[in-house]
Amino acid sequence: MDIFIQQLVNGITLGAVYAVVALGYTMVYGIIQLINFAHGELVMIGAMVAFTLIGLLTSLGVPGLPAVVLATLCAMLVCALLGYAMERMAYRPLRGAPRLAPLISAIGVSIILQHLALLVWSRNPLAFPQVVKTESYALGGAAVTNIQIGILAISIFMMGGLAWLVYRTRLGTAMRATSQNPQMAALLGVDANRVIAVTFIIGAALAAVAGVMVGSYYGIAQYTMGSALGLKAFCAAVLGGIGNIPGAMLGGILLGVVEALGAGYIGDLTDNVFGSNYQDVFAFLVLIVVLVFRPSGLLGERIGDRA
Amino acid sequence: MSMLAVRDLEVRYGGILAVKGVSLHVDEGELVCLIGANGAGKSSTLRALSGLAENAKGGVIYQERDIAARPAFERARAGLALVPEGRGIFAQLSVDENLLMGAYMRRDSGINADRDDVFALFPRLRERRSQTGGTLSGGEQQMLALGRALMSRPKLLMLDEPSMGLAPLVVRRIFEVIRDINARGVTVLLVEQNAKAALELATRAYVMESGRITLEGEARALLNDPKVREAYLGESVAP
Ligand SMILES: Nc1ncnc2c1ncn2[C@@H]1O[C@H](COP(=O)(O)OP(=O)(O)O)[C@@H](O)[C@H]1O
Ligand SMILES: [Mg+2]
Repeated sequence: MDIFIQQLVNGITLGAVYAVVALGYTMVYGIIQLINFAHGELVMIGAMVAFTLIGLLTSLGVPGLPAVVLATLCAMLVCALLGYAMERMAYRPLRGAPRLAPLISAIGVSIILQHLALLVWSRNPLAFPQVVKTESYALGGAAVTNIQIGILAISIFMMGGLAWLVYRTRLGTAMRATSQNPQMAALLGVDANRVIAVTFIIGAALAAVAGVMVGSYYGIAQYTMGSALGLKAFCAAVLGGIGNIPGAMLGGILLGVVEALGAGYIGDLTDNVFGSNYQDVFAFLVLIVVLVFRPSGLLGERIGDRA
Repeated sequence: MSMLAVRDLEVRYGGILAVKGVSLHVDEGELVCLIGANGAGKSSTLRALSGLAENAKGGVIYQERDIAARPAFERARAGLALVPEGRGIFAQLSVDENLLMGAYMRRDSGINADRDDVFALFPRLRERRSQTGGTLSGGEQQMLALGRALMSRPKLLMLDEPSMGLAPLVVRRIFEVIRDINARGVTVLLVEQNAKAALELATRAYVMESGRITLEGEARALLNDPKVREAYLGESVAP
């Protein structure tokens, strides 16, 4: 089996998930210049809620695929509500405050959500209920599973949908206008608070789907899964140029591919001193290298002076 | 009928009082101008009226309602439009998208027709409709800012130095359009440093100096006022 193609396929799949999560970071940053550190926890909550519901639904006799779809929709709703609530309670009251304040508030929200999940689901990982039978197909020397194909298809669909919303609708135009010049947007009748709330809701719903995808990819979900994933997705957003939507998509895919190729070849390259458990290093290595040469990211236009 | 009545407006920046108790009124259908030297407080006044000044005090009655406590977006939705100093073009939105943002709060079916009207008024904008706002020249940006404000179908249009930094030919066109807009029934409050052009256009005028209104009256009368002629029209008064 061709390692290169295999790792490329794995990387693109995982990268698509990173991209979906990175969109949440970048959209919020684009509009209020806040790094929403709690975004990764939304991915986790989405996975936990969905896994629990899938288990519940299948035990009630609902067939596999409908159960997954229904559970994912519920997880999207839960996360959307959470996203809205955190905006209202933790960020909106700090709108005029110095930049560090909402950032610290975001870290607080992240800790609260993680421990809330610990209370509800305990520290034991939830296994992805085996409702959809994994099947493998050969592709140019590599194996692609139906789960991977599903993840890729859903990610592309969501990214396309988001691009359509942001670049083709009245709401999306208002989002971009608010992000470029909030005062002028207000002078044209745009209620910035509403636009910001919608941004959080959309990002959170995307995070929920990403949670289900990454959970089904690895087969488990746990209350700590949001931190590392969130950090990588945040790196992906910075890599692409934070605030830039195509940048988040590019950054996510790129990070996934580099990580997978790195994991595939690190043993050979280092004479087996380092194993594929060092794969996380690559994400951050790429980030540092790119930022040294392009401080505003691959597609970012200007260097923000913001935290 | 009174469109706008402002009473004892104050705007503060930190410890500095930039607008020190301004009272003025604009009646329906009027074209009123506010002139004054750089730093007099004209922009601060307009920003306060549109709800952008954070530390503003005083009464703002717009169409018989006290709007002093309303946020900027609500005032805009009530038909109170401001084309700010610097024009506020969304640099990364296309000309078309900038114009559509002008109609953001509208839900009627006349939006496309209104855009065609703007294009008829400024054919240059039609040629550049898919270019981003940031690539336009200063004059084109001012046309876009004006067109965008018109797309919101304002009742009271406030303009902050629309002629600033523009070539004389463009300035003339902008002033023509302002006159047109007013003739079509839109009430206008115009802030200008180009005092002569503004006074020739306006029905009434206010003169502002260091945060206060120091003169007011018919625009024609102010145009012949020796103090105005000396201070704002650059003429020395004969001894
Ligand atoms: N954002 C601000 N912060 C501090 N001072 C300001 C600010 N904006 C305006 N000022 C001050 O307020 C006064 C009035 O300014 P402005 O309203 O812009 O006058 P004008 O438009 O007539 O030139 C000036 O002295 C200016 O320096
Ligand atoms: Mg000014």
